[in-house]
Amino acid sequence: MYDVVIIGGGVIGCAVAYQLTKYELKVALFEKENDVAGGTTKANSAIIHAGYDPLPGSLAAKLNVRGNLLAGEICEKLDVPFRRVGSLVAAFGEADDRTVRSLYERGIENGVPGLRVVTGDEARVIEPNLSEEVTSALYAPTAGVISPWEYALAMAETAVRNGLELHLSEPVTDIRDGVVVTPKGEYGAKYIVAAAGVCCDTVEKMVAEPDYVLRPSRGEYYLLDRTASDMVRGIIFQCPNENGKGVLVAQTVHGNVIVGPNAESAEDKFRVNTTAQGLAFVGEAAKKSVPKLDLRANIRNFAGMRANTDRDDFIIRFAAKGFLSLAGIKSPGLASAPAVAEYAAELLERDGLVLHKKSSFVDTRRRVRFASLTDSEKAELIKKNPAYGRVICRCETVTEGEILDTFDTPIPPVSIDGVKRRCNAGMGRCQGGFCAPRVLELIHAATGIPREEILKDKEGSVVLSGGRI
Amino acid sequence: MRDVIVIGGGPAGLAAAIKARECGASDVLIIERDSCLGGILNQCIHNGFGLHRFKQELTGPEYAARFISQLDGIDIATDSMVLSVTRDLVVRSVSRTRGYTEEKAKAIVLAMGCRERTRGAISIPGDRPAGVYTAGAAQRYMNIEGYMVGRNAVILGSGDIGLIMARRMTLEGAKVHACIELMPYSGGLNRNIVQCLKDFDIPLYLSHTITDIRGSRRVEGVTVAEVGPDRRPISGTEFDIDCDTVLLSVGLIPENELTRAAGIPIDRRTNGAVVFENMETGAEGIFACGNVVHVHDLVDYVSAEAERAGKAAAEYAAGKRAGGRITEVAAGNGVSYTVPQRIRTSGCGKTVDLFFRVRSVFRNVRITVSSGEKTLASYPREHCAPGEMEHIVLPVSLIGDSDEITVSVAEDK
Repeated sequence: MYDVVIIGGGVIGCAVAYQLTKYELKVALFEKENDVAGGTTKANSAIIHAGYDPLPGSLAAKLNVRGNLLAGEICEKLDVPFRRVGSLVAAFGEADDRTVRSLYERGIENGVPGLRVVTGDEARVIEPNLSEEVTSALYAPTAGVISPWEYALAMAETAVRNGLELHLSEPVTDIRDGVVVTPKGEYGAKYIVAAAGVCCDTVEKMVAEPDYVLRPSRGEYYLLDRTASDMVRGIIFQCPNENGKGVLVAQTVHGNVIVGPNAESAEDKFRVNTTAQGLAFVGEAAKKSVPKLDLRANIRNFAGMRANTDRDDFIIRFAAKGFLSLAGIKSPGLASAPAVAEYAAELLERDGLVLHKKSSFVDTRRRVRFASLTDSEKAELIKKNPAYGRVICRCETVTEGEILDTFDTPIPPVSIDGVKRRCNAGMGRCQGGFCAPRVLELIHAATGIPREEILKDKEGSVVLSGGRI
Repeated sequence: MRDVIVIGGGPAGLAAAIKARECGASDVLIIERDSCLGGILNQCIHNGFGLHRFKQELTGPEYAARFISQLDGIDIATDSMVLSVTRDLVVRSVSRTRGYTEEKAKAIVLAMGCRERTRGAISIPGDRPAGVYTAGAAQRYMNIEGYMVGRNAVILGSGDIGLIMARRMTLEGAKVHACIELMPYSGGLNRNIVQCLKDFDIPLYLSHTITDIRGSRRVEGVTVAEVGPDRRPISGTEFDIDCDTVLLSVGLIPENELTRAAGIPIDRRTNGAVVFENMETGAEGIFACGNVVHVHDLVDYVSAEAERAGKAAAEYAAGKRAGGRITEVAAGNGVSYTVPQRIRTSGCGKTVDLFFRVRSVFRNVRITVSSGEKTLASYPREHCAPGEMEHIVLPVSLIGDSDEITVSVAEDK
């Protein structure tokens, strides 16, 4: 019997697991895929929003501002790449100027620290490549860029270190009287917390008919080479208008430039494809903010799925007895994640779950990041372990030692992309063209999985599907 | 201090190092990131290498072996990655066995080769399943690791590696459904079109592209469409091909991250360093050769170019400085770039070799070298194509005191 079963290993589920394993509780997490952070968590703008966007008084407003604050603390403790680079919402003309002003007022009401309305010229001092057409901007210094998958992974790994029972590749197929059913077994739970992202409605239907309608929305992106990083220092949004929230241009925490997204209502919530029209729209829209942007530096396109609903706000409540549903967690879900988890714990406690702090909670995590070491640190490290002297990913300078380290973590990778999410190998301009065969070999050596069964990412994504010659 | 450090142990690096040693450099080091020398040749198990140089059809490994057997007296550091090169000729590298090292050289030769353009570089829309590989990565999986990447393939791009892989996959029992080329002509060598596609009845769709890749976990199919003169898909011409693999052979990019970080001037057209007639870059004492300078069609030319670089590096290490008047070489009509881009006539012998690529397919043309209005030399050609590198030998006496000479190509009148 579990105290809490969490459904879903995205950033929300991982944050809830991290929060709950601080207490004397028996907690399990079920994820349908073979890794955490593989859905919406890995395919979004990778931004910790400041919190001026949600309507005052909403749950999203409260949790976004609180989540932004917590992100700083957690990333420090758990060694997650996060930088508060600040964001601009750029106005193009008078109507936008008014929007900027109202966003400022909204932000003040939401308690966002440090907000300022700046002139176009002031904005161009902050972002020298910003369009001359920009008339004013909202500057939010607390907005930041993050590695979203490492954020989720770090919280999940820490939760596992502190006793979380993690079930990967185990989809929840039914819930009957507080018993969670999967193809591998049945698990009794006092409480179930559903953090199922775009599957929130599917899971909720197992206990009660949802009182909301899921309206999944697909967003497409460009990711540019680091050579383009002088185009943007922080995050540049456009004013939201009747055509949507506008396309952003930002420097990612890894030093690339991210451009996107559009918003297309999706017929198939599991299909995160890009389209020629979508990408063309994104590219054009981004050049409105940064006219000099050169999309020829593109190294990857991707799309992500937003768990949008017919409601403006997050939908967090007990949908049935013992079933806490965290539904409709769309943007700013990533920014809100740890606050959503805190709030979930609070709701569980109010409902009667006893929360006793663990004295033994381990709240640290560190990993070697070879590329960012000084020369003498590199020399020392290779002396201690020669595996750090063999560079496997030439674009990101990731070493064999770092890749081998990932197999020693609480959630070892089972795919080439799993390795990528843990140590950046394959993330660079050649997109694994050089290192993927070498990573495949290391996965084979570390796990014993036959080479012809090794996956690119999810179940079924076999790399060498033609078999042995 | 080393006389010459060569970065990269592929065909360019090997030939440069051997030549540098021959020309008097006694302390030569090759730094290679892979576990063995030979570079990309090791996975090129097909024949056709060395026709010009050795008058024989060698396989890639055989071609490499001809050079590897001449390395006596040259130091080799394999499994070693260079982290940086500086203009004061210091090379920082790491390896399992040598640890972190900083070494100073009297001269450096950059021979890092090139990498393949990826799906991202050309923004092919669709899903992101497994089964989309650059042709070179697939070649490595097949020829080095011994595994098939798939059984039903479509190849995008008719660059040489793509063509070679079409044949290779077919020979191993896979079905190659089509080779799709955006341009109205192939980017590969004509002999490869014939020997790798026509001989195996693999259709080549010129002026076509892939507009969608489908598949939730593994590739399930692609949509192909014809493109117009603007190279954009023509609506209504789409057709689907079911396949489990997409191989990309859509161009090569010289691997110049070290070069850029050292502040060495790069030619935007070649994506390689701007070089002089002796392959010296804009940084004194740093030379470059092979595909890191410009993408070659034949390895024979890489070796020849690398020997020029190796000789010059040895001379530089011995204290000889090139100098004197500089003549710029401009790419004129129909020519996309030239190598070298700059000539110091005082450093040349009687002739200088100019390499370039043309912008489109030409028949019965005349290549001219001119200075201002004056034609210095002209060379007739029956056939020129962007996929094949052009080469002319220009008598240095003709350059005279020109500040700039222009290489262009025009229909023969």
